[in-house]
Amino acid sequence: MTQHLGAPATPGETILMVATRKGAWLYFSDAERQAWRVDGPHFLGHTIHHMVLDPRDGRTLLVAAKTGHLGPTVFRSTDFGHSWQEAARPPAFAPAPEGQEGRAVDHTFWLTPGHHSEPGLWYAGTSPQGLFRSTDGGITWAPASTINDDLQYRKWMGTVQDGTPDGPKLHSIIVDPRDAKHLYMAMSGGGVHESSDGGQTFAPLVDGLQVVEGFDPDDVSFHDPHCIRLCPSNPDRLYQQNHCGIYRLDRPSSTWARIGKAMPADVGDIGFPMVVHPHDADCAWVFPMDGTSVWPRTSPGGKPAVYGTRDGGTSWQRLDAGLPASQAWWTVKRQAMNADAHNPVGVYFGTSSGELWMSRDEGRQWECIARHLPEIYAVETATRAGPA
Amino acid sequence: MKILIPSALHSYTGGARAEAEGQTLADVLADLDRRYPGIRFRMIDEQNRIRRHIRFFSGNTQVFDLDHALPAAEELIIVQALSGG
Repeated sequence: MTQHLGAPATPGETILMVATRKGAWLYFSDAERQAWRVDGPHFLGHTIHHMVLDPRDGRTLLVAAKTGHLGPTVFRSTDFGHSWQEAARPPAFAPAPEGQEGRAVDHTFWLTPGHHSEPGLWYAGTSPQGLFRSTDGGITWAPASTINDDLQYRKWMGTVQDGTPDGPKLHSIIVDPRDAKHLYMAMSGGGVHESSDGGQTFAPLVDGLQVVEGFDPDDVSFHDPHCIRLCPSNPDRLYQQNHCGIYRLDRPSSTWARIGKAMPADVGDIGFPMVVHPHDADCAWVFPMDGTSVWPRTSPGGKPAVYGTRDGGTSWQRLDAGLPASQAWWTVKRQAMNADAHNPVGVYFGTSSGELWMSRDEGRQWECIARHLPEIYAVETATRAGPA
Repeated sequence: MKILIPSALHSYTGGARAEAEGQTLADVLADLDRRYPGIRFRMIDEQNRIRRHIRFFSGNTQVFDLDHALPAAEELIIVQALSGG
């Protein structure tokens, strides 16, 4: 998600929050974004799935962490990582009734700050799929939704064998900027869902989405949304990168349209991340990957490229200037691509090979700003007026 | 009871040595968590299962059950068991 801290009219400092398989890094620059100061690693050796700054106070930083040995937790800083405090009660499922086997959080995967009218409220999505919330800025967490234990939802979530290789996930928690009670979330696997009561209950939102050939799209279990984004400039428009294509949804319609069909046939419309322009709802970016045969999940042909649309997905342009021309076999995970709030917009992505790339002109030209990091899981951005 | 703490948990205890009281592994871990808040959840999940890569040994014997009685004279050794890059 793109975060706007303070007055957006005079954006200043740009911050990148980079979460990796073995720690977290912060990158700082000014509005020109010509040079970057690196701060890190934080939590070296920890698996960091997400690091997010609270746009409501501009200083509360939450990190979802675990290690190879230790269980999952959330760390919190209010001084940009000079000091960290562990959550007193990290996200955890309710104990199972006697005789039943309960679920345990393997890792917190996704963090979303609540509505601007609800300071201190955060949502967390976990693996296996669960929705949790904190009302005290991330210090204590509790189950947030009936879906965690609802039998129908549990069926749609499937088992640990039905999800992504490192566990099925609840992700893409989105709060409607116009309505604190209106939420979207997605599950891999388990489909896209909408809530009108602050996340207490949800209903599926999967019409129009395709599933793997041979399976029934009416069964929510078979839906695998990879990343959902809501357009800040038009909250009635959502974009989605799905296991089976790129989609757009314009509310109040509840039927997704597959806009990825306009992508070049030899590239396809499979990928993980989805990025939307902060000020132009017709503009979005994706990072395609090879989803053929055994699903290599690398850049198609070893030639990485961002694809962008300026017309809501009617057409797509290849944006690869500055990226390796060949023999580059990395990809970009669902949380690892984002945009800032500057004009022109900066677009960033982190690779599975530990490179951090940026474009300060909306994708026209790319440059690498860090190499040799661990596998990058997430890249978040924030801009603020004051110094760090 | 003396407890040998693995390096992954030194951020809680400040070092490799700690002490806690209790009759069973569950009791000892509860007391350890009172002394070092948050440490138990990193080893035991919310369904009271020992996490996959954590091992407990008492008297050179691996302890699999939280209800297992621990002799006070024996040191409890906590091991982080994991390999890979």
